[in-house]
Amino acid sequence: MRVAGARLRQVWGGQPSPLPAPQVGTSVPLEVVRGKRAALFFAAVAIVLGLPLWWKTTETYRAPLPYSEISGLNALQLRLMVPVTVVFTRESVPSDAQEKLPFTVVHEREIPLKYKMKIKCRFQKAYRRALDHEEEALSLGSMQEAETMLAEPQEQAEGSLTVYVIPEHSSLLPQDMMSYIGPERTAVVRGIMHREAFNIVGRRVIQVAQAMSLTEDVLAAALADHLPEDKWSSDKRRPLKSSLGYEITFSLLNPDPKSHDVHWDIEGAVRRYVQPFLSALSAAGNFSVDSQILYYAVLGVNPRFDPASSSYYLAAHSLPHVINPVESRLGSSAASLYPVLNFLLYVPELAHSPLYIQDKDGAPVATNAFHSPRWGGIMVYNVDPKAYNASKLPVRVEVDMEQVMEVFLAQLRLLFGIAQPQLPVKCLFSGPKSEGLTTWELDRLLWARSVENLATATTTLTSLAQLLGKISNIVIKDDVASEVYRAVAAVQKAAEELASGHLASAFTASQEAVTSSERAFFDPSLLHLLYFPDDQKFAIYIPLFLPMAVPILLSLVKIFLETRKSWKKPEKID
Amino acid sequence: MVASCFLRKCLTALAGLLLLSFGSLAASQIEDQTEQFFRSGHTNNWAVLVCTSRFWFNYRHVANTLSVYRSVKRLGIPDSHIVLMLADDMACNPRNPKPATVFSHKNMELNVYGDDVEVDYRSYEVTVENFLRVLTGRIPPSTPRSKRLLSDDRSNILIYMTGHGGNGFLKFQDSEEITNIELADAFEQMWQKRRYNELLFIIDTCQGASMYERFYSPNIMALASSQVGEDSLSHQPDPAIGVHLMDRYTFYVLEFLEEINPASQTNMNDLFQVCPKSLCVSTPGHRTDLFQRDPKNVLITDFFGSVRKVEITTETIRLQPDLGNMESRFLTDLQQKGKIQPPQDIRKSGWMRN
Repeated sequence: MRVAGARLRQVWGGQPSPLPAPQVGTSVPLEVVRGKRAALFFAAVAIVLGLPLWWKTTETYRAPLPYSEISGLNALQLRLMVPVTVVFTRESVPSDAQEKLPFTVVHEREIPLKYKMKIKCRFQKAYRRALDHEEEALSLGSMQEAETMLAEPQEQAEGSLTVYVIPEHSSLLPQDMMSYIGPERTAVVRGIMHREAFNIVGRRVIQVAQAMSLTEDVLAAALADHLPEDKWSSDKRRPLKSSLGYEITFSLLNPDPKSHDVHWDIEGAVRRYVQPFLSALSAAGNFSVDSQILYYAVLGVNPRFDPASSSYYLAAHSLPHVINPVESRLGSSAASLYPVLNFLLYVPELAHSPLYIQDKDGAPVATNAFHSPRWGGIMVYNVDPKAYNASKLPVRVEVDMEQVMEVFLAQLRLLFGIAQPQLPVKCLFSGPKSEGLTTWELDRLLWARSVENLATATTTLTSLAQLLGKISNIVIKDDVASEVYRAVAAVQKAAEELASGHLASAFTASQEAVTSSERAFFDPSLLHLLYFPDDQKFAIYIPLFLPMAVPILLSLVKIFLETRKSWKKPEKID
Repeated sequence: MVASCFLRKCLTALAGLLLLSFGSLAASQIEDQTEQFFRSGHTNNWAVLVCTSRFWFNYRHVANTLSVYRSVKRLGIPDSHIVLMLADDMACNPRNPKPATVFSHKNMELNVYGDDVEVDYRSYEVTVENFLRVLTGRIPPSTPRSKRLLSDDRSNILIYMTGHGGNGFLKFQDSEEITNIELADAFEQMWQKRRYNELLFIIDTCQGASMYERFYSPNIMALASSQVGEDSLSHQPDPAIGVHLMDRYTFYVLEFLEEINPASQTNMNDLFQVCPKSLCVSTPGHRTDLFQRDPKNVLITDFFGSVRKVEITTETIRLQPDLGNMESRFLTDLQQKGKIQPPQDIRKSGWMRN
């Protein structure tokens, strides 16, 4: 204050009072001090308050994700447990062996696949004695009666098996057969009177159980997309990928309505043959069936005439070109996003009847049908020549739906990957029930699908985590994060359920894992914000920050230089 | 006399032998063909055709895309598997002397617009964001099926892009750009989710080779009409319409494709030779280092057509088992297959843990 007053008096005139000699470091003019403080405060506010605020507000919102758990999923050990109940009848093994019942034996084997997840297959065999009604059933005359009696009391859980051990010389099985596999989850194996009875019978039981549940082929086919390809096999590329639902379309193609008036009782056939099959398969997904009739739809290939049999034929190498011209007219699936399977029944024109499909060797195919992986099948239906005799054109043609559905359902099985099982030596197989599907074939499908779903979900989650880690300006919203958490939890639950042998709940959990992980991966909000090269970032921020930053920086530099000068001066004087 | 007779017999015998060997070669070739069908590993084909320009003077880009669309349809890919993105302002443009047509050849020989063209993304819907959404699959749930790329891990996809481009970018509709890094990232996202089996990327713009420089995902083959620093030139103006009708590179590619039919065995090496510098003025380039198979084993129809894999159905199932006759049912042909799975050597595989 005194200094300011003295200065003022100097300015306005009056006697100049002697100013005290300015001592270094103490009496710096007030404006300068104020100026320095102001600059320092500006800089402090800008750095301490402004910089973090800018950083926070230009940050993209990324909800936290369980990255460590996702990477832990890759090292997951899958243990697939098949609970097998082995029931011994009275004379099947020596009595001293029978004394030891009941007990449990476990066979565990690692499946040698080149996959990052280790998969172990575990057969848990619970040995026990037969109950009275089971003894009675197994001493009946024929296998069929035995099965009827055995089937009543209990309903078996998915994935489990029951194997009955009958006496060595029992007449239930034909003499040279050692084992029998039934359409439900039961099998019968011959016992043996031997010291090592349990070991020998155990081996036979394992063989039968493997044929009915899990082998290396089943798992290799399920994981076909995730394994390195070393050889091409059509089996591995044929099945449809696992999906929540499927649409099945039956189409009747009539290229010549002037000659053939074709009728097919598709509704009845679907009700009688297809619905039972699909309801047996219903655990594997939702199915919807529709049908249509197309007129004047021709195949893309002209059939050739074979004078020897006076019939027309389609050679095997022209079959790949048949489908495309027809496909555009099928009008499939505008509505749903589920994969579609098309089954076409083609009634050839009068000019090209009868029409046969030839295989590679030139022999006509018995079923007169062919199929294409992941698409569907085509069958050629030849009109009975007797129908042309009496009547004039157009002839009424009633399609024999049983013959047609036999082929279509066989194709459907192949397209789903329900392959014929590898049966052990000397094993009798009763064939599927009237629906066309045995329950343990469904179980095999569910095992394969569960493993496939788990593999897909794990891959999706891992790649999502990698993607989000790599591209740092993708926004991760909260619902995406919750889907990821749900998917991880579902994968872990599915693995637990598989290890404890509950196939149905494991399959549902694996489906949920796939759905959640797909929903998270394909969320529309995860579009990577358009790429900003570094020079563009500078171009955006420099006009904003430079005018503000330059004065502050310059004044800070000036303050720093002056302070350094004032530190140096005392040394000089002293 | 005898000598000439003998000679004639010899010649006929030789001819017969040659014919026989030829016939067996043809038969084995057919067999090889069917086996080869399985070698490429794909079961369906998709095509994404993008024209990134609008306005009348970019007529040639629309004609390019529509001509490729026609070829791809002719070779078998159905509309449901083609995603066509066009500005679609040529056919009904007030400056078009022949409304509702888009010609690709001088003297108006070929109208590629036709009356069955299905444009999926038209006019202002052709944006970088929509293009990236189509590729990566991150589409809002209300999008109709025809606007989606529903490919899976067994799909071969053909991606064709044309328009105006520069070093490292491609201009979309005069208002935005897509960079080669974004494109490479989009392909990587497709690969992570296994949305393609193999991908063929063709680009016909100036400095097109810069767009495929940054690809890093496997199984991608790329072709471009010009190198970095070169311009892709247009082919021929039409005095009646008043604009250039096509670009050179696409013109010669289409001439090449005209000779392909669904059964042809032409491979990718022939496509690389299309349009040498003398015809095209720019130097077309290609990139195959990310592709696993040798280009000479890759058929043109693997990408441009849709040849399905088929198998003969040899089995049926019995539908109404006759309950009295179960015995006969037992002996199905499955018994043959119940062959001999020898039980594993127990000690080696470490099974028994009793």
